[in-house]
Amino acid sequence: MSLLPGKLNDIIDQLNMVDDVMERSHFLVSYANKFETIPSEIAQPPYPKQNMVPHCESEAYVWVQERNDHTVKLYFAVDNPSGISAKALAVILDQALSGLPPEQVARVNPDIVEKIFRQNMSMGKGMGLSAMVQAVRVKAERIAQQRAMNED
Amino acid sequence: MMDIHKRGYAQPDMLVSTQWVEDHLNDADVRFIESDEDTLLYFSGHIPHAVNVDWVADLNDPVRRDYIEKEGFEELMSRLGMTKDTLAIFYGDQNNWWACYAFWVFQLFGHSKAKIMDGGRLKWEKEGRPMSKDQTDFPRSAYTANNRDDGKIRVFREQVLQHVQQKKSLIDVRSPEEFSGERLHMANYPNEGALRGGHIPGAKNVPWSRAIDTDTGEFKPADELQKIYMHYLNIQPQDEIITYCRIGERSSHTWFVLTYLLGFENVRNYDGSWTEYGNLVNVPIER
Repeated sequence: MSLLPGKLNDIIDQLNMVDDVMERSHFLVSYANKFETIPSEIAQPPYPKQNMVPHCESEAYVWVQERNDHTVKLYFAVDNPSGISAKALAVILDQALSGLPPEQVARVNPDIVEKIFRQNMSMGKGMGLSAMVQAVRVKAERIAQQRAMNED
Repeated sequence: MMDIHKRGYAQPDMLVSTQWVEDHLNDADVRFIESDEDTLLYFSGHIPHAVNVDWVADLNDPVRRDYIEKEGFEELMSRLGMTKDTLAIFYGDQNNWWACYAFWVFQLFGHSKAKIMDGGRLKWEKEGRPMSKDQTDFPRSAYTANNRDDGKIRVFREQVLQHVQQKKSLIDVRSPEEFSGERLHMANYPNEGALRGGHIPGAKNVPWSRAIDTDTGEFKPADELQKIYMHYLNIQPQDEIITYCRIGERSSHTWFVLTYLLGFENVRNYDGSWTEYGNLVNVPIER
């Protein structure tokens, strides 16, 4: 049984319908083109180190914020102008996971990176992108734990 | 940084500047070839008229762990509209790491009219030079390739083992953590890993990126490269050198530096690299 949230499954299903490498690349680039960096009222460069994704050469930063309705909102910054895949992944994660409870976000497996980017993903790039998902998970998990403690 | 021709390289003409590329964008006998680690980059925008060469799909055999054969190279070059007289200018992300890899594969087929754009894609972008999202199509050509020559710049495991026995120079261009064996493979990517960590006996560790000026992304001048390679490793241009990394792409960058910028005469790249050596049974390993 898939543990992926519905929107994430939908996006991966859409990508899986595109077999042509060029078409698939354009599809992913179209996600990257929608990338918006974290609003300046929330964070400004230089961004804090605790938000930096380790092992990510795209110099990506992740924020997971709890909202009043107990869901989370994801924000990202990508400092490297060549970080096009990081931007695409950031948009996909934001579209698929923002608005979900942190417990659900914390369960998303980093192997979605392989499902999204499939072939032609080198080890270094794969590691950086997986680390982005892992950073989101860790931050969501922390919010979920904090909430559980507050409810006790 | 200083002009390419003032940096003291053995073969400065193997590099072109970003300005040279902008000045030659419309030359019919020049083909700009982007080769990236991040294969989405080309599709997000590229140097006008540049074509894309994918390090997996275009250069590797789809079944065997090997490069394409003569017929595959002919098909690739014909699709790119290239002839033997077309000057190939390679550039890409990661400080030209993949551009050097593609360049090296082209040399297996003897396409010697080839150069690297110093500074790579990032320098071009940072300088605000023109980018295009247009699909680049050239009229198909009929390229007749040489047979692939694996003898001059490529080595296989038996030759590496012989090289080790003869105590000749090996340069491991991976990170210090990979060299020491502390890191075996990257999380989630065991298919690019090895069963054993460490390095080939006698190898010295010089990470490939040390050849790059971190501020500009350009190759460092010859005197700095000499300190990094010749003084530190105590090697000379006439020595037989083997470079390797994990799958042979980072080491093709160092192969380029030693061969063309420092004028070494006998440098070969072991593309089997650690993913092969670290999985071999009954071979010596150092940590």
